[in-house]
Amino acid sequence: MKYISEFRDPIAAKALLAAIAQVTETLAATAAKPLQIMEICGGHTHAIFRYGLNKLVPDGIEFIHGPGCPVCVLPMSRVDECVEIAERPEVIMTTFGDAMRVPGYRKSLLQAKAEGADIRMVYSPLDALELARRHPDREVVFFGLGFETTTPSTALSIQQAAREGLRNFSVFCNHITVPEPIKALLDDPYMQLDGFIAPGHVSMVIGTHPYDFIARDYRKPIVVAGFEPLDLLQALLMVLQQLAEGRTEVENQYGRVVPEHGNPVSLAAIEDVYERRKQFEWRGLGQIDASGLKIRAKYAAFDAEEKFQIGYAAGPRHVVEPEGCACGAVMTGRIKPTACPQFGKGCTPEMPLGALMVSSEGACAAYWQYGGARGEAA
Amino acid sequence: MCLGIPGQIVAITDVARQMAMADVSGVRREVNVACIVEGDIDALVGEWALIHVGFAMSRIDEAEAAATLEALRDLGEAQETLQAMREGQQALQSGSSTPVAGGAGA
Repeated sequence: MKYISEFRDPIAAKALLAAIAQVTETLAATAAKPLQIMEICGGHTHAIFRYGLNKLVPDGIEFIHGPGCPVCVLPMSRVDECVEIAERPEVIMTTFGDAMRVPGYRKSLLQAKAEGADIRMVYSPLDALELARRHPDREVVFFGLGFETTTPSTALSIQQAAREGLRNFSVFCNHITVPEPIKALLDDPYMQLDGFIAPGHVSMVIGTHPYDFIARDYRKPIVVAGFEPLDLLQALLMVLQQLAEGRTEVENQYGRVVPEHGNPVSLAAIEDVYERRKQFEWRGLGQIDASGLKIRAKYAAFDAEEKFQIGYAAGPRHVVEPEGCACGAVMTGRIKPTACPQFGKGCTPEMPLGALMVSSEGACAAYWQYGGARGEAA
Repeated sequence: MCLGIPGQIVAITDVARQMAMADVSGVRREVNVACIVEGDIDALVGEWALIHVGFAMSRIDEAEAAATLEALRDLGEAQETLQAMREGQQALQSGSSTPVAGGAGA
């Protein structure tokens, strides 16, 4: 496939790995004192395990899996609220497939569907719009999830619904942003990160400049990367070269897709439709300032929280995470998934307790699926 | 969630709604192209774009893709050269009389 297979070339991978080994040696990084490189994006975490990159790189390199998996960081209370909307008889709830099994405090969307709620998996918010056109007597709600990659698609869908005057379409907005949690992680005194691999598709929307503060204020190298094995290895090499040369810069390995200033149409749609929430709750990370997006008042007719007076529109609420679940410690890199007492016992992909086990982009699910011997050797 | 896949725009299907047919690894799907339109929408036919949840989010820059691959090829050649140099060094240190050609792969 064009633009895919050439970035999986094993010969080029060998050369990259040799170069990585060399720089790692120069930096005197060892298994006992490894360099900790965080890949922020869950898609990168998945690719690293899928291609076994974590086992191919030298022992002196440790990948720390970041918070960039939107369903993993979704608080259980938000799932509960989504279920509550979905259980209304007039509602058709539409969602991406990966949100179906995320456990809420009460139940998951999948359980609610089994109990009779009209919940439909869609590929695109455009499919939800089409459902709204076809069912004028029903309320079609889209479970808006994801980082800056997905945010423009919901914004453009809301704009389209407004142009058409659709009155039975709304979005339950859980869109979140990447730079704010990274800042929160960098401010955490327990974190000892040496560098970052930045998300490729978030960056195609926002560009590379939102990461400037990481290089400038926190003096950490950061390289935007694509999702093929060669992309990730090349980005890792670029991070290591910065460390070896004492540079801290924002670099872009994924130039074929990521423009320096992002995508102007996407950014304009985001700006038009959303504003920042003061705070948003992240599963395992707690409240993070200005990290969540809310639909602006001028589009309130398309905001499911306003329409059904639920969630942040209904006032403050607090929900406890399940006991023994160490998702938060895993997500901040403090422990490996296998060190969680529930890993593979109370928590498996079939019966997930924590969200990191639900999505294929979650660190625990990746360890389980690709770790060998059910994660032990990962 | 943030995964996208390269697809080629094969036809414009709805100018007003900025919709086009994309070929994604042999599967055809109508996608919104608002994010990648620059001027004449018909000019998109034949272009490659990164497709995500039914939206063409970014054009794929052929020249940039070629440049990345070029850098990887150069690195491969450089590694071969360096390897040959290292082997040469070892050969000399071990007192071998067989000369090893540095840069043979370059």
